[in-house]
Amino acid sequence: MTADIIKQGAEGRLYLGDFKGESCLIKERFVKKYRHPELDTQITRQRMKAEVKASSRCLAAGILAPRILHSDLNTHKLYMEYFGNAQTAKKFIQDTVAAESDEEKVKEKLLELCIRIGAIIGQMHANNIIHGDLTTSNILINPNPAAKNEYDVILIDFGLSHYNQGAEDKGVDLYVLERALLSTHSEQKYIFEYILAEYRRNCGKDEEVVIAKFDEVRARGRKRTMIG
Amino acid sequence: MVCALGIEGSANKIGIGIINDGKVLANVRRTYITPPGEGFLPKETAKHHREAILALVQASLKEAELQPSDLDVICYTKGPGMAPPLLVGAIVARTLSLLWQKPLLGVNHCIGHIEMGRLITGAQNPIVLYVSGGNTQVIAYSNKRYRIFGETIDIAVGNCLDRFARIIKLSNDPSPGYNIEQLAKQGKQYIKLPYVVKGMDVSFSGLLSHIEELAEPNKRRNKRKKPTDEAEKEPEYSKEDLCYSLQETIFAMLVEITERAMAHCESNEVLIVGGVGCNERLQEMMRIMCEERDGKLFATDERYCIDNGLMIAHAGAEMFKAGTKMPFEDAFVTQRYRTDEVLVNWRDD
Repeated sequence: MTADIIKQGAEGRLYLGDFKGESCLIKERFVKKYRHPELDTQITRQRMKAEVKASSRCLAAGILAPRILHSDLNTHKLYMEYFGNAQTAKKFIQDTVAAESDEEKVKEKLLELCIRIGAIIGQMHANNIIHGDLTTSNILINPNPAAKNEYDVILIDFGLSHYNQGAEDKGVDLYVLERALLSTHSEQKYIFEYILAEYRRNCGKDEEVVIAKFDEVRARGRKRTMIG
Repeated sequence: MVCALGIEGSANKIGIGIINDGKVLANVRRTYITPPGEGFLPKETAKHHREAILALVQASLKEAELQPSDLDVICYTKGPGMAPPLLVGAIVARTLSLLWQKPLLGVNHCIGHIEMGRLITGAQNPIVLYVSGGNTQVIAYSNKRYRIFGETIDIAVGNCLDRFARIIKLSNDPSPGYNIEQLAKQGKQYIKLPYVVKGMDVSFSGLLSHIEELAEPNKRRNKRKKPTDEAEKEPEYSKEDLCYSLQETIFAMLVEITERAMAHCESNEVLIVGGVGCNERLQEMMRIMCEERDGKLFATDERYCIDNGLMIAHAGAEMFKAGTKMPFEDAFVTQRYRTDEVLVNWRDD
């Protein structure tokens, strides 16, 4: 099998390959030599299992995520659906900002995107799936002429995900997203606001509790003293 | 050419540094060391600083072979940190500024660490891991600010280490973290500890409670729990193994979030700053991670990693060169002063 390395992400290397004749993406969580072997094995297994579970849970709930075709814990490889034409939301936002000089038009275009992102994250939380690493690098925009706005929004990288019904984990998930947006897209401060508004319409019956928890998590971050 | 004097006293170190156009002329420091099992408290720390600071100012001028008139600007740490020790530095800085008729600049402590690290190592635009007693942040520069991509959502990594050192009664001389590092070298058995990474953020408080329990199995932490008649349990693990496992776990978490930030920002340089940054095991782990992705690590030794006056002088000099001015009435201190609040007007990239 020939495999072309596409890129090295934070957790592993990505190759293009095939599984039973279907072309696919292979994500190899190679052994990280900096960590203790026992810790490394534990983390790698945990993350691979989390990724497989979350993918099937999302698909069952009608949320777009890469299908997992095969997983091999011994070689630390996951074989999954590959979206060749997709780009990350991070790049999409940066390109939109760079291509359009009219601030209002940028906002309009990003609002469409934020509505889609907010909806998908809301649905995910309504199904008690916690992503664990929500950043714009982990959201794909996949062109699809049949879909609304002519693209699909797909969540990827579920290595840190888990299943939890509690408001705390959902709140932390939102906090991680807010922080990632503020640092990555610091000039477009409205993005998170847009996402959150649509999130609230989709996150299910616990909306108020989750938002209250989110505010609490946020306050924890701000109140923390920083000495030394 | 800017010649700056910097005063740092945000925690238990009081330091004075003098820098002239990137050239180190003086870097003197004293540390308030508490007995084993005790941390440093604001009031006592401030007292220590008050007693040391004037002699340090004189020593720094002597070391630099300068007169006060040779200086261009006086810089001090404005925050973040503990208020009483911060105030010692601020008051002396204000006095010197009036006495010697030199402009005064308040500097963000974290920015001081970052700029000093860049100066010493020559790193251009690295992902910065800032790890100390009060801070744990993963920072990257973009558009005139140092932006925080990841941080601890509860206690700082150094705080976690210091508190653990107190539990097992390690000496605070020269620093609790150093003594943990030495003990860890003799550790052999790896004990599983909670490993908590949330996106680019980390959490240490659960891990600390867990390891406390392992180190002192007999201590009653829950007051409602009745004392049992059971025989006293012997701690199952040696101090060496606990230190070793603690370091392996928390440093792996730090390296992981740094790697996440590198992938997210598409950067291949890492700079480690802050007191915990001089831990050689952390540097080694970070170096291996960097090699695995063709990146480069920049780190400094204890002279620049641990809080010092020089970094305040250097960051202040950069601000001064860029034209930053501070009115005298703004020369106060602030306990909470986030890294991303500072407009980085001295960088053009």
